[in-house]
Amino acid sequence: MTVAMLFDASKCTACRGCQVACKQWNDLPGEVTHNTGSYQNPQRLSADTWLLMEFHEVETGDGLKWGFRRRACMHCLEPACVSACPVGALQKTEEGPVVWHGDRCIGCRYCMLACPFDVPTFTWDRGLLEGALIRKCQFCVDRLGSGLEPACAKTCPTGALLFGERGDLIAEAHARIDAEPAKYVPHVYGEEEVGGTSILYVSHVPFEELGLLPLGNEPVQKRSEDLMTKATPSVLVGMLVGLGGLYWVVKRRNRMMAKKTSDTREDREASS
Amino acid sequence: MTTREVTITRPRPLANVLVPGVLVGLMALGLSVAIVRYIGGLGAASNLNDAYGWGLWISFDLLCGVALASGAFVTATAVYIFGLERFRPILRPAILTGFLGYLMVVVALLVDLGRPERIWYMIIHWNPHSVMFEVGWCVMLYTAVLALEFSPMLWERLRLEPFRRIIEALVIPLVILGTTLSTLHQSSLGSLFVVMPERLHKLWYTPLLPLMFWLTAVAVGPAMVILESTISSRVFRRGLEIDLLGGLAKVVPVALAVYLGVRIGELVATSELGLAFEGDLDGSLFLIEMIGGVILPMVLFSLPAVRRSSGWLLVSALLVIGGVIMNRFDVSLVGLARREGAGYFPHWMEFAVTLGIVAAGVTAFGLVARNLPLFEHDESG
Repeated sequence: MTVAMLFDASKCTACRGCQVACKQWNDLPGEVTHNTGSYQNPQRLSADTWLLMEFHEVETGDGLKWGFRRRACMHCLEPACVSACPVGALQKTEEGPVVWHGDRCIGCRYCMLACPFDVPTFTWDRGLLEGALIRKCQFCVDRLGSGLEPACAKTCPTGALLFGERGDLIAEAHARIDAEPAKYVPHVYGEEEVGGTSILYVSHVPFEELGLLPLGNEPVQKRSEDLMTKATPSVLVGMLVGLGGLYWVVKRRNRMMAKKTSDTREDREASS
Repeated sequence: MTTREVTITRPRPLANVLVPGVLVGLMALGLSVAIVRYIGGLGAASNLNDAYGWGLWISFDLLCGVALASGAFVTATAVYIFGLERFRPILRPAILTGFLGYLMVVVALLVDLGRPERIWYMIIHWNPHSVMFEVGWCVMLYTAVLALEFSPMLWERLRLEPFRRIIEALVIPLVILGTTLSTLHQSSLGSLFVVMPERLHKLWYTPLLPLMFWLTAVAVGPAMVILESTISSRVFRRGLEIDLLGGLAKVVPVALAVYLGVRIGELVATSELGLAFEGDLDGSLFLIEMIGGVILPMVLFSLPAVRRSSGWLLVSALLVIGGVIMNRFDVSLVGLARREGAGYFPHWMEFAVTLGIVAAGVTAFGLVARNLPLFEHDESG
């Protein structure tokens, strides 16, 4: 079984109960923020804010509409961060959650650049003594282990955020779209994107308006993993053998040339 | 050994005080900033943020540093593998430049890594799917190889003949290993960005990034040897091996031509070349890099008159070096898309660390040049 969550943007009232529940369960401190003229607060994810409700104003045929989006780790089926981490500090669990191990993180921050959803965040204010590391949503693995659902889904009062088995939730998502085709965009975001994600979205406004950009269905790390598993070993072996052979050939040629003539070295080098 | 023209210049007492003073000052400043960073975190000494996880230190100290250290493997390959003994007089300075370059990269990493005390974790925790894993191992192994390739200078000075003999016996396997590791390392720095097809601008993104990085590293290797030889000929008032540098410079137009062909060919094949002429920042940077840093030096280095002139050699070398530096910044910093509203410009403390590390490298080169047999050595060395 792969756990997942379905976020229905049309049912969300942006009460931000999920955002607060996430902070409470994970014991994350509040941040000092400033009024920017938006209800969205804070402005972006950080090492202390793993779930953020985004407020998007969307221009539609019949006026301005709210588009709310739950931004947090997408828990990809084939996560780029896990592929990118040089020390295996990020891990894709069998049940679905992508978790981090702070005792392994070296703070190279490659996962931040590799993630197609801009999710991993870094503790910029921690020095050597505090120990800086990468943090992000863990899908409440500690709750799942006790048979509880994630804190955010547990808190959601409108059913905008459902926790369940991924296959069931995909079926539910399509059922909702089919039941009200006039209301929903006919697409389940995350079903196929970058190889599939554990956080699925249905929406009444275009996904791009919510910052869910079109990404191919191929995991972004496909090509770099090919380089690592195919190209690198071939180059390694090929070069060791090739350079060894080249050295032998050049040396042998030099020795034979030296036998023939006393000194043709200067000419040969000039021509090469 | 070939004869060298010896230029005699008058001693410059002011420079003799000023230069070391500036170098020590820069190192002290860099060290102070590093202490601020270790106490207060990366945020206290840099403008790095969650949208700009990598900044000046990765783009310059790491990516440019490794690329500019490529003179060592290019020269070592020419002398030991291709048997071009003629280039032996410039081998030791080239290896020293490469070795110090890698040490500077490691020092920069110790500042940039969130957990510098865990830099060795890659030895015990493996993720062979990660390009960063390959990068890390290449840094470790190639720095060790460079240390061994450099060590005969130390053994000669200390008159530890047995150690020198051991390295001499191992030198061919060492160079083969070094060239292989360099190739893997230079190319894998390009591979780091292959995982960002949506993020990296199309003018730079290609699955061939590792090949692009390797080709530019090969081209910039001789350019760095030319730069290093020119500076040390002035500072240490010794002759400049123009004929040797001119000979080594012949590699550059070949590498640049292949690079240009692959680069433009790839953009034509994907119909993305038009992006270069849209007049935006990315397009302009691309054009400056390709014309000023690739085409122009390619033409210049092809001209025998340029290869016989110390001034023109230096100018052409600086063009290649500038082009490669631009390329590494474009791929790792400017060309990467960020979310709306995100920004980054290096904090002065970031510049201070970078300058401090460069000053340390220059100082170390000077100390080695004055105290170890860097320039004069026997033919077998």
